[in-house]
Amino acid sequence: MWKFFHQFASPPHFYRLAGNIYPWFGWAALIVIVASSYGGLVWAPPDYQQGDGFRIIYVHVPSAWMSMFIYVYMAISAGIGLIWRIKLAHAMAAASAPLGASFTFLALVTGSIWGKPMWGTWWVWDARLTSELILLFLYLGYMALRSSIEDTNRADRASAVLALVGVVNVPIIHYSVEWWHTLHQGPTVTKFAAPSITVEMLLPMLTMMLGFTLYFFALLLMSVRGEVLQRERHSKWINEYV
Amino acid sequence: MSRAGWTGAFVSQVRLDLRVAFRRWGQMLNPLMFFLMVTTLFPLAVSPELSLLRDISPGVLWVAALLSSLLALNVLFHSDVDDGSMELLVLSPQPLALLLLAKTAAHWLISGLPLVAISPLAAVGLNMPYDALGALMLSLLLGTPILSLIGAIGTALTVGLRRGGALLSLLVLPLAMPVLIFGARATDMALTSIDPRGALYLLAAMLMLALTLAPFAMAAAIRISLD
Repeated sequence: MWKFFHQFASPPHFYRLAGNIYPWFGWAALIVIVASSYGGLVWAPPDYQQGDGFRIIYVHVPSAWMSMFIYVYMAISAGIGLIWRIKLAHAMAAASAPLGASFTFLALVTGSIWGKPMWGTWWVWDARLTSELILLFLYLGYMALRSSIEDTNRADRASAVLALVGVVNVPIIHYSVEWWHTLHQGPTVTKFAAPSITVEMLLPMLTMMLGFTLYFFALLLMSVRGEVLQRERHSKWINEYV
Repeated sequence: MSRAGWTGAFVSQVRLDLRVAFRRWGQMLNPLMFFLMVTTLFPLAVSPELSLLRDISPGVLWVAALLSSLLALNVLFHSDVDDGSMELLVLSPQPLALLLLAKTAAHWLISGLPLVAISPLAAVGLNMPYDALGALMLSLLLGTPILSLIGAIGTALTVGLRRGGALLSLLVLPLAMPVLIFGARATDMALTSIDPRGALYLLAAMLMLALTLAPFAMAAAIRISLD
C-alpha cells in the first residue's frame, strides 16, 4: 500500500494519471449537473411561499457545501504534506484554495441575490452569511500568505500551518456566529424555518451537490497538473510532455 | 528534561523579556495610546449623544482592543529574529513551544494587561454604566490573552516577510472574530443587565484551547520562518 502512495505521489506518475482521469470527472460532472438542473428547474414544484425564486438554492446550497468541503480538503492535504513531506499534497492544497474561494464567493453572491426579493435587502447579518464571509476571508488570507512567500517549499509549509490553524477555528467561528445571531435582539430572519423540504425539491439539490463535487475534482486535477508543471519545471521528465 | 527545568526556563524567559521591554518602555505605551485614541474617534465620527454611545460602547471598546493588540504584535518576535536570538531559542534544549509561550505571556503582560487596566477610563468616556465595567474588564482579561496567542501564530508565520504588516492583519482578524463576538457580547449583556456568565465561560474555554494548541502552531511556524 505504501508503494502505491509513493508511486501516486511521484510527480510524473501523477501528471500522467491525472491527465487520464480528469476528463472522466469532467464528463460525469457535466451529466450530473445538467440532469439536476432539469430536476431543479423543471421537475421540482414551485415553493408555495417563494414561488420560483427558491430555485437559486440549486446553485447556492451546493456552493456553500463546496466552500466548506474544500476548506477541510485543503487542510487535510496541507496536513499530509506537512507531516509526510509529500510535495504533491502541498500542490493539491495550493490548487484548492482559489477554487474554494470562488465557490465561497458564488455562495455569497447567490445568497444575496436570493435575499433581495425574499428579505428585501441584499445583505443581512444572518449567521450563515456571516460565517461564509469569514470563511472567504480565511481563504483570502491563506492565498495572500502563500503568494507573499517566494520560496515554494517555505510557502507550502507556512500556509499548511495556517490552514491547520484555520480548520480548528472554522467550527468555533461557525458556532460563535450562530450563537451571536440567536442572542441578538431586533429583527430576526426566520424564513429558514420553513416546513421541511419535499423529496422532489431535495433530490435535485443532493445530486447537484454531487455534480459540484465532481466538477471540483475535475478542476482540481487540471490545476494540480499546472502546479506540478510549474514546480517541476527544472526536472528532466517534463521534456517528454512539453 | 525535568519539570522544574521547564518551569525555570519559562520563568527566566518571561523575566528576560520583561526586562528588555522595560528598557524600551516608550514602545509599550504606543498600543495603549492607540486604544484610547480609537475610542475617542467614535464620539467624533458617530455622535456625541450619550445614550447612543452607551449602546455602542461594548463594540467600540472591543474593536479598539482588537486593533490595539494587532498593533502591539509588531514588537513580539521581530527583534529576536533580527538579532538572531530566536535561532538560539530554536536550538536550545528546552521545547520551543514552551519558550514561545513564555515570550507571548511576557508580551501580554506588557500590552494586554495594561489595556485591561485602562479600559475603564475609555469605558467611562463612552458613558458605560459602572455595573458593566466589571464584565468589561473580565472579558478583556480573558480575551486579550487569546488575541495575543492567535496573533503570535500570525506573527510567527509572517516574521521574515517584507510586507508582513498588512498580511498579518489579514491572517489574524478572521481567526480573532469569535473572541470579539463573545467579548463584546459579554460586555453588552452586562450593560443590559443580563447575566454575562455564559459568554465569559465560553471565552475562558477558548482561552484554554488557545493556550494548549497555539504554542505548537507558533513553534512550527517559527521553525518554518527561520529556515
